[in-house]
Amino acid sequence: MIAIVDYRAGNLASVARALEHLGHRSEITDKPERIRAADRVILPGVGAAGATMTNLRALGLEEVLREDVARAGTPFLGICIGIQVLMEYSEEDDMRCLAIIPGEVRRYPAAVGGRALKVPQIGWNRVHQTRAHPLFAGVPNDSHFYFVNSYYPVPRSADVTIATSEYGLPFAAAIAGDNVIATQFHLEKSGAVGLRLLDNFCRMSF
Amino acid sequence: MLAKRIIPCLDVRDGKVTKGVQFLENIDIGDPVAMARHYYEQGADEIVFYDITASNEKRGIILEVVAKVAREIFIPFSVGGGLRSVEDMRAVLLAGAEKISIDSGAVRNPEIIAQGARAFGSQCIVLSMQVRRRPPSEAFPSGCEVVIDGGRTPTGRDALRWAQEGVRLGAGELCINSIDRDGTKLGYDLEITRLISEAVPVPVIASGGAGEPRHVLEAFADGAADAAIVASIVHYGEYPIPALKRYLKANGVEIRETEERP
Repeated sequence: MIAIVDYRAGNLASVARALEHLGHRSEITDKPERIRAADRVILPGVGAAGATMTNLRALGLEEVLREDVARAGTPFLGICIGIQVLMEYSEEDDMRCLAIIPGEVRRYPAAVGGRALKVPQIGWNRVHQTRAHPLFAGVPNDSHFYFVNSYYPVPRSADVTIATSEYGLPFAAAIAGDNVIATQFHLEKSGAVGLRLLDNFCRMSF
Repeated sequence: MLAKRIIPCLDVRDGKVTKGVQFLENIDIGDPVAMARHYYEQGADEIVFYDITASNEKRGIILEVVAKVAREIFIPFSVGGGLRSVEDMRAVLLAGAEKISIDSGAVRNPEIIAQGARAFGSQCIVLSMQVRRRPPSEAFPSGCEVVIDGGRTPTGRDALRWAQEGVRLGAGELCINSIDRDGTKLGYDLEITRLISEAVPVPVIASGGAGEPRHVLEAFADGAADAAIVASIVHYGEYPIPALKRYLKANGVEIRETEERP
C-alpha cells in the first residue's frame, strides 16, 4: 500500500487520482501506524513551509517521516512542498524543516539581470536530467513538467540532484538519495510524462 | 525557460458544453468530460471551464463535472463562474480543480480574493477581468474600464488599477478578457494585455478575440502574455492545438511539446 501523507494541505486527492489511474492502490492518511506500515510513502502538496511543518509537527509526523520512513529505508517521494521540507531550513516562514537532505530552500529573486521575474513560477518548464536515474526511465530529456513555486531547493551536495530546471537561475528540479526521491514539479499534473514518473516511482526497486 | 501556455476554454451550462463545437466526429461534443479529455490528449497546457448555469438549483452539476474531469485529465484545470464565497471555492477545489477563477464576484466583493488566497494560496486564485476600451482619462488612465456581468454592467474601475489591486489582495494570476474583441476573431487586445503584464509581478493570460494562429503569436510576442485562452479557434477544428503549437514553435515561441499520447 502507498501512503499519501495527510497534513491538511491541498491537492492530496490529485495524487490519489493519478495513482488510481495508473492502477496503484493508495490511502490518504495522517496515522503514524499506517505510514510506518506502508510500502511507499508520498508527501505531496501545495502550501507554505510554515503551515506544512506546523501541521506535520502537530500530527506527530515529523519523527515518523524522518526516522521511521526516510532513515528506515522506506521508498519516499516528496512533491513540490514535499521536496522543500526535506531540506534543513526554508526561507519561507523562516522555518526549520525535516533535515532529511542537507540543504536549504530559497525564494526566487524578484529580478534577474535587471529584468523582473514573475514569482511564483506558474507553468510548464523544461527539466534537464543531469544523470540517468530510474525515476526518469522512458522520459525524453528536457521534457516539460508543471511547476507552481515561489521557492526552490538548494541541496548542499550536488550529488543528490538528478535533474535541473531554470527559472531566473538554475535550480534542482529533482533529487534522489538511496530511498528518498523528490521533485519540485507536480508530476501528478504534468500529463503523460508526469504519470510516467509517478508510475516509475511505484515500480522502482530500492 | 517557462513555456507559453495554450488554454482552451469551455463554457458549460447545466453540465453541457454550450458553444457549438462542431468538429469532433467520435465525441459527444456537448460532454465537457469528453471535450476535456480530447484537449488533454491534443496537448492543451491547461483547461478552463466557465460555468454559465443560471439557475441556483442546478449549480451543483458543475461539481460533478469537475470530479469526473479530475479523474481523467492530469494537467491543471480551473473553474470559474458563479463562485461567490470561500465555501464555493473550496467545493470546486476539493472536487479536483487546480485553480478557481473569479470575475464579477470579485468586483462586487474584492475581499473574496484575499479570503481565497489566505485559504488556498495565491496560486489557486485567478482574477479574471472583463475589460472594455474607453478614451483614456483621469478615470481610466489605462484606456480600459472593468465591466462585469458579461460586459453589461460598467464598474467605473480602471483596468490597470483593478489588476494591481487584485494582485495586492492575493490573486496569483490575471486573465484579461477583452469584451471589445470577444467573438470578433480580430485578435487579442494586445495593448491592455501588455500594459498590465508589464506592471504586475504575476502571470497574465490573454483572452478574447483569437481567430487565427497569428493572434496567439501576437499575444505572446507583442502582448507580453504568459498564456492565451483559445475558444473558437480550436473548437471549430480549423486550427487543432498541435498545429497551433507547431506554428508557434516555428515562430520562436517556447512551447510544451507532447509527442506522446497520455
